[in-house]
Amino acid sequence: MEKAKKEYMLIDGMPVEINGEKNLLELIRKTGIKMPTFCYHTELSIYGACRMCMVENKWGGLDAACSTIPKAGMEIRTNTERLRKYRKNILELLLANHCRDCTVCVNNGKCKLQALAAQFHIMNVRFPNTASTPVIDDSSACIVKDTSKCILCGDCVRVCNEIQNVGAIDFAHRGSKMTISTAFNIPLAQSPCVGCGQCAAACPTGAITIKSNVSEVWKALDDKDTKTTVQVAPAVRVALGKELGLREGEDAMGRIVAALHKMGFDEVFDTSTGADLTVLEETDELLGRLADDKAPLPLFTSCCPAWIQYCENNYPELMPHVSSCRSPMEMFAAILHEESKNSAKKHYHVAVMPCTAKKFEAKRDELKLDGKDPVDAVITTQELIRMIKEIGIAFEDLEPEAPDAPYAGHSGSAVIFGVSGGVTEAVLRRISPDKTRTGLNAIAYQGIRGLEGAKYTEVEYEGRTLKIAVVSGLKNASDLIERIRAGEHFDIVEVMACPGGCINGGGQPFITSEYKQLRSDGLYSADKLCSVKRSEENHLTAILYDGILRDKTHELLHVKYDRK
Amino acid sequence: MADNFDYTVVDSIVDELGAAESSIIAILQAVQEHYRYLPREIFPHIAKRIGVSEVRIYSVATFYENFSLEPKGKFVIKVCDGTACHVRKSIPILERLRSELGLSAEKSTTDDLGFTVETVSCLGACGLAPVITVNDKVYPAMTPDKASELIKSLKEEV
Repeated sequence: MEKAKKEYMLIDGMPVEINGEKNLLELIRKTGIKMPTFCYHTELSIYGACRMCMVENKWGGLDAACSTIPKAGMEIRTNTERLRKYRKNILELLLANHCRDCTVCVNNGKCKLQALAAQFHIMNVRFPNTASTPVIDDSSACIVKDTSKCILCGDCVRVCNEIQNVGAIDFAHRGSKMTISTAFNIPLAQSPCVGCGQCAAACPTGAITIKSNVSEVWKALDDKDTKTTVQVAPAVRVALGKELGLREGEDAMGRIVAALHKMGFDEVFDTSTGADLTVLEETDELLGRLADDKAPLPLFTSCCPAWIQYCENNYPELMPHVSSCRSPMEMFAAILHEESKNSAKKHYHVAVMPCTAKKFEAKRDELKLDGKDPVDAVITTQELIRMIKEIGIAFEDLEPEAPDAPYAGHSGSAVIFGVSGGVTEAVLRRISPDKTRTGLNAIAYQGIRGLEGAKYTEVEYEGRTLKIAVVSGLKNASDLIERIRAGEHFDIVEVMACPGGCINGGGQPFITSEYKQLRSDGLYSADKLCSVKRSEENHLTAILYDGILRDKTHELLHVKYDRK
Repeated sequence: MADNFDYTVVDSIVDELGAAESSIIAILQAVQEHYRYLPREIFPHIAKRIGVSEVRIYSVATFYENFSLEPKGKFVIKVCDGTACHVRKSIPILERLRSELGLSAEKSTTDDLGFTVETVSCLGACGLAPVITVNDKVYPAMTPDKASELIKSLKEEV
């Protein structure tokens, strides 16, 4: 098709080419101007509520850039005396009924309201402060909601509905009484919330934040009579660097291990070791089901606790389809539990996760072993960053260290668990008869890599064609399930609740979409650096199966979810 | 929630108006007309029928003043407090009604679910001010004393 004539418009007097941008805001950003906004996110529908991105058109009218389509010949200015005045006014009004005790806010330093107030140099709010006292819902194991800090941008509502299709929260009431609420204002723990934490990631203020377990971890570390162990999930290593002086997406695992040792953990491990076990167990389960005509297919993956809860809430009849494998975190914790359960010393096990829903998973009754939670506390990447900052470790200067024996060592298959498509790729590596480098590359280019929300592929296995779907974002999962209900057949479905997989988990530092690829690249290059590519080639798994797991594979590595 | 709730009424309303997100308001209006309020049990049921979240329906129901989540009395008395009625002394009528029935601005329905007293901004009957309605029957040119007598006769019917 011949390309249409180029179209231009003027932004601050500069001609700018229009290239199909869906709104002015995107185009303005491409010219290098950081437009202020609270309610605009590339991935979400346009709401146009905050009015911070107003621009002035050539007739002196004001348009919200986020909800104006660029057209040829348009002339707008992004920064005039009038606009500065309006933006300051909006900020002052928002601050008028907002708590201003920034120094004691969980979101101190990460708050967009705080940042924009500083950017626009708000030194004085002319209106009396009518902030209400905190209205806190901390019933959820994963997130804390304080409606008194809400600016009603609606980001959380749209994430919860449009991306996750969970629909736990929405606006309630109207006018000055409007709040973000669950149905009938029931506690979040009783709502359909699955704890994915994407609302907390999207929230520009401290209204929805991650529930912190940091203080109990410090306490355990301080207790001389307790042996403290910690495991770190794959996705964590590529997400915390930027806040600590490294590049976004840079693999910081060596430094994380060093930092955790410095904090006082007796033993530091990599959850990837657990992921290798998951690959082996889940593949066996898949092959077992393929061999059995009556077994339920597709097999849904079970690594993601938010997905498990979503399935229980919305599709309980599909639970038999979900793999019985414990998640990598729980598998690894089960091994540590088994090893230490007869020891005289108390054992406290911490998991560092990209995920807020893991906090809920760690407390699930079904996963208890000998009446005890195998994971005592889950902290997110953000909480780990907080701990590193709290004790003043110069992270970028740390000498990288290796995880501790005897559970050090994992395959490349395990480390890519942190990105959507990784679990599937790991399973394909295991079942593919082609064990050459060419075979690996063929799997990599099968179409299951990438940050798209729904990916499909087919592989030949022993004379049959396996249909595979990889989805991330629970809306994509429910769309796929509707297709399956309508009769479409799949053999394997990988589901990750967070868009793009764990690298964008609710517990990770929030980044805008252009950086997400860097985290994914980081994990795939970590895979490249592993000399062992396939889970079954990780010798540690053989040692475990012959040792701790002998006759206990089912008890320690599998689970039947049975929520009352 | 109460499993013994009879959903036949709600189901026939949804069938008639269409199980679509765009029908939420119409469905809630019809349900309220039947029950005189929106029983909590209907929310998850309607949500499932039209394929939206329960909280979305709650959001719509709390947005409009006209929807009530609390059971209303057998007699719903609306006291007009639009400009015309207000200047012709609607407030003393309201106060009389409330004191007769032991109600207040916070508590608008009697414990026996006999009466609900609420204000509305304008009933569009300014020529008859001050006006009240009882279950949508209009009582024009009211006074506090007339209101007392009306309550007395209605009480016999409760």
